Amino acid sequence: MAEIQNFTMNFGPQHPAAHGVLRLVLEMDGEVIQKADPHVGLLHRGTEKLAESKPYNQTIGYMDRLDYVSMMCNEHGYVLAIEKLLGIKPPLRAQYIRVMFDEITRILNHLMWLGAHGLDIGAMTIFLYCFREREDLMDCYEAVSGTRMHATYYRPGGVFRDLPESMPKYKASKWSSQKKVDRLNAIREGSLLDFIDAFCKKFPSCVDQYETLLTDNRIWKQRTVNIAVVSAERALNLGFTGPMLRGSGIAWDLRKKQPYEVYDQMDFDIPVGTNGDCYDRYLVRVEEMRQSNRIIQQCVDWLRKNPGPVMIDDNKIVAPARVEMKDDMESLIHHFKFFTEGYCVPEGEAYAAIEHPKGEFGVYIISDGANKPYRVKVRPAGFAHLAAMSEMVEGHMLADVVAVIGTQDVVFGEIDR
Amino acid sequence: MNSSHETLAARLAARFAGQLTRVDSTCGELTYEVGKEDLIAVATALRDDAEFGFEQLLDVCGVDYLTYGMDEWVTESATGSGFSRGVEPLPVILDESDSFDPRRFAAVYHLLSLQNNTRLRLRVFTGSSNPPIIPSLVEVWNSANWFEREAFDLYGILFEGHPDLRRILTDYGFIGHPFRKDFPLIGNVEVTYDAEKGRVVYQPVSIEPRTLVPRVIRDDNRYSADLKDRENDG
Repeated sequence: MAEIQNFTMNFGPQHPAAHGVLRLVLEMDGEVIQKADPHVGLLHRGTEKLAESKPYNQTIGYMDRLDYVSMMCNEHGYVLAIEKLLGIKPPLRAQYIRVMFDEITRILNHLMWLGAHGLDIGAMTIFLYCFREREDLMDCYEAVSGTRMHATYYRPGGVFRDLPESMPKYKASKWSSQKKVDRLNAIREGSLLDFIDAFCKKFPSCVDQYETLLTDNRIWKQRTVNIAVVSAERALNLGFTGPMLRGSGIAWDLRKKQPYEVYDQMDFDIPVGTNGDCYDRYLVRVEEMRQSNRIIQQCVDWLRKNPGPVMIDDNKIVAPARVEMKDDMESLIHHFKFFTEGYCVPEGEAYAAIEHPKGEFGVYIISDGANKPYRVKVRPAGFAHLAAMSEMVEGHMLADVVAVIGTQDVVFGEIDR
Repeated sequence: MNSSHETLAARLAARFAGQLTRVDSTCGELTYEVGKEDLIAVATALRDDAEFGFEQLLDVCGVDYLTYGMDEWVTESATGSGFSRGVEPLPVILDESDSFDPRRFAAVYHLLSLQNNTRLRLRVFTGSSNPPIIPSLVEVWNSANWFEREAFDLYGILFEGHPDLRRILTDYGFIGHPFRKDFPLIGNVEVTYDAEKGRVVYQPVSIEPRTLVPRVIRDDNRYSADLKDRENDG
């Protein structure tokens, strides 16, 4: 009888389904996976060490680059930790803006996830639909911060500036006619809030479109139902958070259980799965998009009615306005100190966790009283999820590995840091 | 929030008298220090006892307290030495033979209880052993696996009993533990493409370390205790 032995297969790091730079070493018995050993760290940039060498505010920009599909949520975790140490609270309007942009970011993230997950397991069209709506949300980012991705918009003490009264518009060029540009600009004529409002009105029907493509699709179900089932007990022990935990049937959401900012004012539901397979996690995330849309709508309504400051009035922590600086000596001094030395944070340690689109995103800061953090530890949600990779794919076929990578929603910016 | 914290603190004090030392916290979070010989027993009890019910270990964070509370800026007058003026480089510590300050390396664990909706932080110092060793918690919470590998990779803390303690974030064949405070920010080696050899080669790092903003510690009266209390109440 011929001797049969397992063989080892290398997957990635340059594989389109590896979502960036994941290298998997798979031990295969024919088509069946015996063991998976993910090799991560190919995108390790030492963000936490860099943060130790910079004043607090200069690290906010690095946070965007952690999970580069949910930028503002990363900032939020970091900024909350600093605020906890300083003992400050941003003005109410800033809290609403943060919640609104957290939810916009959640939709951004889930759209990216849905498109990529679909593409991985053979659904091409969904990707194009998702990116159509992503474009609009990117425009919101651009309107408020000037950049489409790495916003650096949240600051300790509030947000960088108030919501703008106008939206950036398309310009006619050799490639896009005036007629086309007019059509694209039609919903961009009003303020940012008008634009978001219009988006909220149309987005539920967009989600319906995605669902018609996938939810009852026979092929989609064959690829996801009963794939990578995780029991509730295992999910807890493995440190799962966010949709991965809710997919296994545990209704745990920091926005409800440990509300930060104004989430306790918001009316929304937490979807949970029953089987803990890839399909349930898909349903949970799709429902989360609808719920996020509800939250955004509530924020828009509140923000329209309640103008006010978006930053605390403390020039030790927040840079003074440019105008004040011109004829006020104090402001000039504050400005200079703020941008050269930064501010000192009282000695202590704080852990701030937020419900990131991927799970619990925690930032643990140890301060020794200096203008730079002594230690910053980012707790990425995806890190714990990816660690469970081997357990999730064991006994599945090779083609299911991409379904599992997709369902974990891994982004290497945050896992490798 | 605070009252539930105090109930938990009282229960912890009753259950683990002598094993846990409470650390004062400014931010309304519960922090305890635990000796490394008690760690596994305490962790198992925290997970299994219904009154605590910490089902989840969310994070393991290595810390190096070597330069805690130290300023970088040591000059009284401005010098012409560019960006890094007034910043003394850290002395290189040859740690192969000697032992460490027992309170230099620590692992910080963040626990979450879903049933009681509470969080808890545990800190374990490695003691003076070289290399630093802490018992592994992988058996208690499987999520510890990669987080401990990370702390080993970045700080060189060995987790005794870990099934697969390999480097995780740094490159294959990396030398040193990059997040230790005596490891320079710019690193020790850089890679470049060697046209003659036709491959990427390692060489000693060719850039100078520089400090754009020196680290300073100021005792701002803004943060005096009574002010802080008022903020927390309001």
